[in-house]
Amino acid sequence: MGKNASLLQVRGITKIFSKGTVDEVTALDDVSLDVNAEDYITIIGSNGAGKTTLLNVIAGIFPPEEGEVLINGDDITKLPEHRRARYFGRVHQDPKIGTGAKLTIEENLAFALLRGQRRGLKAAINEQRRELFRSTLAPLGLGLESRLDAFVGTLSSGQRQSIALTMATISNPTLLLLDEHVANLDPRTAQIVFDLTEMIVQREKLTTMMITHNMECALKYGNRLIMMHRGKIIVDIGQEDKQKLAINDLINAFEQAAGEKLVDEAILLSRCEL
Amino acid sequence: MDAVGVILGFSSYEGLVFGLVAIGVYLTLRVLAFPDLTVDGSYTLGGATSAVLIVKGFNPLVGIIAALVAGLCAGIITAVLNTKLRLPALLAGILMMVGLYSVNLRIMGGANVSLLREPTIFDQAGGLLGIGSNTIGLSIIVALLIVVIVLLILNWFLRTELGLGLRATGDNEEMVRGLGSDTNKNLILGVSIANGLVALAGSVVAQAQGFADVGMGIGMVVMGLASVIIGETLFNPRGVAGLLLAGISGAFIYRLIITIALRLGLAPGDLKLITALLVIAAMAVPYIKKKIRHEWIPPAERW
Ligand SMILES: Nc1ncnc2c1ncn2[C@@H]1O[C@H](COP(=O)(O)OP(=O)(O)OP(=O)(O)O)[C@@H](O)[C@H]1O
Ligand SMILES: [Mg+2]
Repeated sequence: MGKNASLLQVRGITKIFSKGTVDEVTALDDVSLDVNAEDYITIIGSNGAGKTTLLNVIAGIFPPEEGEVLINGDDITKLPEHRRARYFGRVHQDPKIGTGAKLTIEENLAFALLRGQRRGLKAAINEQRRELFRSTLAPLGLGLESRLDAFVGTLSSGQRQSIALTMATISNPTLLLLDEHVANLDPRTAQIVFDLTEMIVQREKLTTMMITHNMECALKYGNRLIMMHRGKIIVDIGQEDKQKLAINDLINAFEQAAGEKLVDEAILLSRCEL
Repeated sequence: MDAVGVILGFSSYEGLVFGLVAIGVYLTLRVLAFPDLTVDGSYTLGGATSAVLIVKGFNPLVGIIAALVAGLCAGIITAVLNTKLRLPALLAGILMMVGLYSVNLRIMGGANVSLLREPTIFDQAGGLLGIGSNTIGLSIIVALLIVVIVLLILNWFLRTELGLGLRATGDNEEMVRGLGSDTNKNLILGVSIANGLVALAGSVVAQAQGFADVGMGIGMVVMGLASVIIGETLFNPRGVAGLLLAGISGAFIYRLIITIALRLGLAPGDLKLITALLVIAAMAVPYIKKKIRHEWIPPAERW
């Protein structure tokens, strides 16, 4: 472990899809980024900017064409997804991705509890673990702690995303990766899940990267803001500057860095409802 | 014994041994969502392996264990074809089924091996219990013993951390990888266990009927499928234990229907059609029930 290394180092990552065909896209173009412990980074950018691809490369869903990913100074670029999962908790836009519908709540949590650990021939669920699950779910205020044996497929999408968030955080990940994880929920549920996220991130002091589609939210939350555009990080603002910034400043920063007008109305116009 | 007794006794024995096949199919199809057609081949593989070993003078128990191991290996190969060489699961299973046909012929050195004058586990058990080895009661006891052991082990295993990983893999592979478990390994382990059980059943049946035959596995996948579906339709089970028991019960009811059909004078050649009709009925009944209640029904799977 490198002593002074950042928690996560992304070095010169290039990711090209469908290389050598007419569909070739450079989703990440020589991207570098240092994430420090307890950073809470909001990531913003228009559709297709490469935000999800960046998280996918970090999590190891697919290998990059070029560059390295280091965690605590260790090169994990070549590790398959399941062998680096112990570092990452992740919540996707779609609650279905992060949970198992045909398993019960307690089975889902028991499976998530052992993220990155050896899974052996001990009972997956015992009374002690159940107690842990109840006390983890109770603060959510959704009553899920009394429904441990309900199948997750029968839950509402808000409840299900809350389970997904709990699963991502229950075994203290080195880095929490959130990809527009409340975007598919109705406003009220989105608020609940988002508040939960804030609560867990603050309480556990989790280092977090959160993609959002909304400038106002990106400014309001977190202590660092990154803007992506056409596969590059074009703006990277720390806590102090971020607090002084208004949306208009952010738009100016973008247009200066990108050398073009920001045209994505979803990013520009929508209010942060959270 | 009266006719009802005979029918029930015979169906119980068959339900138990073919229940092992049903449990194998349940493991691949329902637990792992891996439609595996290796079964026809691995069932015969189990029968062939143990028959040849017994003829060579090995203890019948050794024959059974060797059959189990052979089935485990067949399952590993099927799953490796799918996970490492990326063949579609259905194709991997079909290829294995076809390939195993030749392998089984080679193992037996011909189309069949007779066990008529050889010792079997039934003789051994009969000797231990002091019952004649050709009674249906003894067959039931031996089959029951094996099934109970298998069910207890599976019921325990599927609730362990590792077993939960298998069930999660059949549910949501993306989630499983994201939580640090290797879906390929899980599939290999699960398909392997399933085919081990199927081969075990083949070995028991070969010893019960006194021969192994290269065609003895034909139709086993469909029979296992029929049992699983009948069990699910009738008992609507929940949880690991319920599903396992439903598989065995489904096999019993399936064999009961088949035995009665034969008694009623249908020819053995008609049984395939009966089986097909049973599966169709068992699958269509829940659909029709829901339709009548105007419930929403998801479209059928396409694999
Ligand atoms: N698996 C893939 N196969 C092929 N192309 C892909 C794949 N994933 C992403 N891309 C392409 O890479 C580019 C970046 O996509 P990405 O999903 O990272 O964008 P994003 O910033 O997350 O956008 P959004 O805000 O719409 O989620 C897009 O052009 C997309 O079409
Ligand atoms: Mg995205």
